[in-house]
Amino acid sequence: MAQLEMWIDRTKCDGHRLCAELFPEGITLDDWGYPIITPGAIPPRLLPHAQRAVDSCPVLALALRRVARPSAPAPAPTATT
Amino acid sequence: MSALNLFAGPAPSAGAESFTDHTRRLGVRPKGNRALLDTLDRSGLVGRGGASFPVGTKWRSVAGRSRGGAVVIANGAEGEPLSRKDQTLMALRPHLVIDGALLAAEAVGAKRVLLYVGEAHRVAVASMTRALAERPASDVARATLLPAPPSYVAGEESAAVHFVNSGVATPTAVPPRPFERGVDGRPTLVQNVESLAHAALIARYGDAWFQSLGRHGAVGTVLLTVSGAVIRPGVIEVPSGCTVDEVLELAGGVRGTARAVLLGGYFGGWISSSRAGTMALDPKGLRAAGGSLGCGVVSVLDDVADPLEVSARIIQHLANESAAQCGPCFFGLRSLAAATTRLARRQPDDGDLAHLHRWAAMVKGRGACRHPDGAVAFMQSALSLFEPEFAAAAGGRGRMVS
Repeated sequence: MAQLEMWIDRTKCDGHRLCAELFPEGITLDDWGYPIITPGAIPPRLLPHAQRAVDSCPVLALALRRVARPSAPAPAPTATT
Repeated sequence: MSALNLFAGPAPSAGAESFTDHTRRLGVRPKGNRALLDTLDRSGLVGRGGASFPVGTKWRSVAGRSRGGAVVIANGAEGEPLSRKDQTLMALRPHLVIDGALLAAEAVGAKRVLLYVGEAHRVAVASMTRALAERPASDVARATLLPAPPSYVAGEESAAVHFVNSGVATPTAVPPRPFERGVDGRPTLVQNVESLAHAALIARYGDAWFQSLGRHGAVGTVLLTVSGAVIRPGVIEVPSGCTVDEVLELAGGVRGTARAVLLGGYFGGWISSSRAGTMALDPKGLRAAGGSLGCGVVSVLDDVADPLEVSARIIQHLANESAAQCGPCFFGLRSLAAATTRLARRQPDDGDLAHLHRWAAMVKGRGACRHPDGAVAFMQSALSLFEPEFAAAAGGRGRMVS
């Protein structure tokens, strides 16, 4: 089975904090109440928790995605690429 | 030692070079095709918007997906406050930029070219508008001038695409990246105008010629904006690989005594002047060394200025320029700016300095775009280089430091 990781659309996230309560193994909160996601593949036994976090996000900012190595240009820090 | 490559031809005082003069001087623009991608690969040209990503690779990623329907955005938004090189280039050599954009369109298979020019850069907008009107009808039919809003993030590539699609110049969550799905869902090449101008010359003279322009293993020339404590601030073109000291000499030398150099602009970092002096300005080399030439900003801080005050102003600016879409960026940069400002005023709250370190690490990598990453990289360079000043400010409430 493909490995899954947590993906977040930061532009949608409003810091509702449910995800960190439902999936504390993979999500903690920063000093402003926004999720810090543990990078990498989620261990299979924790997937139900991760899925609950995804499902409960009131603004649909979370998704489980297949772990993929980006093959194309990943822009380095820049304002004007 | 000042290199004249992009700025070869009439003197700056002559203003924008006309299409007639441009064509007479450089010959008719060759057509862009797949072979140009190979030439660009061999040339070693890297993007000059800040990321220093190989141009050939970037064009290829769009060409491979385009099926003739890609879009090219020539990025002249130039939202970095300390940078003026893009607007100067567009003001003086608009046809090199347009040549490069059209070559890119032909090479990657794009029908549509958008010239995305910062609306605040009035001279550049006027020059590009006039230049476009001078071009043959077949060029005009493909290219459109699109003024970019005057915000720091408007030039970020997903923000440029977002602006074209919806009129809002804020970054969007990636993936998909613009080269995958950009303007109208089409593969989109967003390329800085200086990079395009270099490509226009490489298409004419070849990769070996471009390589021969650099020094000490670096290739080509770079445009720099030199500012701060120098005698003659301004935009200059130098061979890649020349040192910061050589650049400062070209700018008339340092006014007073240099304390530090801000390399790469607000997204770059402070470097002590003693270390910066011998550093080679080579986008590729600096990137490999973990640094960045960024968009080519070289700004000198003298030993009279208060580094904390200057750093506070910059981080405050970056906080204000957050698109306010992502919590960690919006709140994180605001917190960083507030604590830095208190320290700069020598009126810190308890724990401000420790918080700066904690928050800088906490915010990194947690925005849809790299705006927060650039801002905290700047913050961390300030914390590192001006450590004694920060420490004194943090512990110095009412205490003599002598």
